[in-house]
Amino acid sequence: MGYPKFLEEILNTEKINILEFRQPYLDEMYIKVEEKDFGKLCHLLHKRLNSAVKMFFAEDLRTESKKYTLYCVFLNEQKRSWVIMQQDISSDNPHFSSLAKDIHSASLFEREIREMFGIEPQGNPDLRRLRLHDEVWPQGFYPLRKDFTHPPENSSPNLQYKFNRVEGEGIFEVPVGPVHAGIIGPGHFRFSVAGEPIINLEIRLGWTHRGVEKILEGKTAFEAVKIFECICGDTAFGYSLAFCQSAEKIFCANVPLRSQLLRALYLELERMYNHANDIGGIALDVGFSFPAQFASLIKEAILQLNEKLCGSRYLKGINVVGGVREDIDKTRQELIRQVLPKIKKDFLALEEMLFSSVSFMDRVDSTGILRAKTTRDLGITGLAARSSGIGLDMRKVLPGIYDGLSFKVIKEQAGDVAARLKVRCNEVRESINIIKHCLERLNTSLSAIEQVQCKEGFAIGCVEAWRGPVRVWVRINAQGKIERCKIVGPSFHNWEGLSFAVLGNIIPDFPLCNKSFDLSYPGNDL
Amino acid sequence: MSLNILKNSIRKGNVTIPLDTSGLVCPPEIEKMGRGLKKSIHAKFGRSFHIREVDTGSCGACESEIIACSNPMYDIQRFGIDFVASPRHADALLVTGPVSKNMALALKKTYEAMPEPKFVITMGECASLGGMFKDSYYTCKGVQNIVPVSLHIPGCPPSPSQIITHLLLFIQRF
Repeated sequence: MGYPKFLEEILNTEKINILEFRQPYLDEMYIKVEEKDFGKLCHLLHKRLNSAVKMFFAEDLRTESKKYTLYCVFLNEQKRSWVIMQQDISSDNPHFSSLAKDIHSASLFEREIREMFGIEPQGNPDLRRLRLHDEVWPQGFYPLRKDFTHPPENSSPNLQYKFNRVEGEGIFEVPVGPVHAGIIGPGHFRFSVAGEPIINLEIRLGWTHRGVEKILEGKTAFEAVKIFECICGDTAFGYSLAFCQSAEKIFCANVPLRSQLLRALYLELERMYNHANDIGGIALDVGFSFPAQFASLIKEAILQLNEKLCGSRYLKGINVVGGVREDIDKTRQELIRQVLPKIKKDFLALEEMLFSSVSFMDRVDSTGILRAKTTRDLGITGLAARSSGIGLDMRKVLPGIYDGLSFKVIKEQAGDVAARLKVRCNEVRESINIIKHCLERLNTSLSAIEQVQCKEGFAIGCVEAWRGPVRVWVRINAQGKIERCKIVGPSFHNWEGLSFAVLGNIIPDFPLCNKSFDLSYPGNDL
Repeated sequence: MSLNILKNSIRKGNVTIPLDTSGLVCPPEIEKMGRGLKKSIHAKFGRSFHIREVDTGSCGACESEIIACSNPMYDIQRFGIDFVASPRHADALLVTGPVSKNMALALKKTYEAMPEPKFVITMGECASLGGMFKDSYYTCKGVQNIVPVSLHIPGCPPSPSQIITHLLLFIQRF
């Protein structure tokens, strides 16, 4: 089999030995190279495909081949496929040469590989642990290794996390969290301030780490769906769908058209209630309480609609491997048709309220700017990237359930809070259209859940949820159990984006910037 | 947009507008329960009952429902329940999540910062015994292993009306 064109072109100019080339699915190609070529080829692909590192993770294969394997995933946007670089790593003194020197978006992943597998990324300047906090977890215990043993009870590691320090006359630090004043997840923010403006923000996360990836190991695909629904409550449908899609790919299941349309419909409902929530949150964080309360009622209306459609306000328990459990019959379709125009009308009124208020627009305009260059370098995804001029929407790149549904990709250039607000508003309008479109097509298509047969294999599933793409890589063994599962939520890279967006802004604007990203703690910490 | 702003400034715009989303009225049973709740709180907690919320690793759905309790439809505040920003102001601590190892100390410190008398309410599947995360290497298998728990509100997540019901039954017991 010949190599794809971009790879041929790279091979013509560079001397790289490809050990193995596989294309198990139309949209996934695996390229295995030797250790010495890995970094070089990754760098070339990164430039050639203009793609950040989308996923980068290790797998413990020591029982089969006495090796670890590293996977580095890029996206070939034009050809609509994932390009996955592979490298074997020997099990004694495991290490690899860091990619982060040339590709910043690999940096967080390398720290994660180091803490979870004990594989040393040589040359990465930042080796601090992300989720296993130094204060509670001793060094030398790597949870995702297959032969992992618990550290002894009552072991107090007595280590300290080293924050980046800004020093100089008149500079002071403001630490916030992990327990915040509001009803939100835990995170620690450390601001370095000179006078009013923030000159450095360091975000320490991992507080809600529950070991999801380890819990998933040994579970069947059917059991795993429920766990995926509890990774990130506000994206329960998005996460479970990403997993279902990867499992369905492995099992070669053809999901019936009706289920696909229903999935698109539910996913858009999830997008709508969260966008309404965030728009209200932005209003609340500048003290504009009337529209904030108004938005909370729009959210409540959508949650109640969800409950009437499927019995769950947060769309839990719908996805199964092979389709959706809750069909939407004629009466419930009629219900959506009745409620949707009302939600739309309220939503337009909310928009009008916000965009015609001088003091509100003054607060959001040019606040918390994230530049396009930073967005690209950090590998920012989803809504935050689209607000900074990068119009990447996985619903267009890998349509799947969105096949045949027409909608616009919403993009803004400014990268400020106002831009993220506008993208949200316009996406809600598009969502309403998509739902209408889904309903029209539901009438004609007929079919139920596909019965699936377990198979062994590995695949990527990706869903453009409301924050951004949720990516899942999963390997299922011959017994139908999960061997390894890697989850990358949209918040993983975007938290870093927030720490750049707030620079130069004043601390009182931080809640506003934060809400305009509205990132997930549990989705990041896993 | 700027034209809009100008127009609005001149004619002073909408101060409030009626809501169009129909069916969004507080169910009568909640109204009824709420009145009972208000009465008990008035008698037993001197008019108001203040709650501090701590997330120890929940997925965020519980938080979303707690926030929903304060929306204009349920408006739990009118029954005398308020969510406060500091444990120093709180009568009760509402804890969600299976308690990640990282959060154990923060939870303990938050509890210690509360004035007596105080009690802890847990909420959601994972807070009771760790839920589906009970076998994880990184959770403390539930809140009861860190601080004493007086009430558990089951559900994944419990809906606002379930939260209100359980709080009412609990406060009546005092």
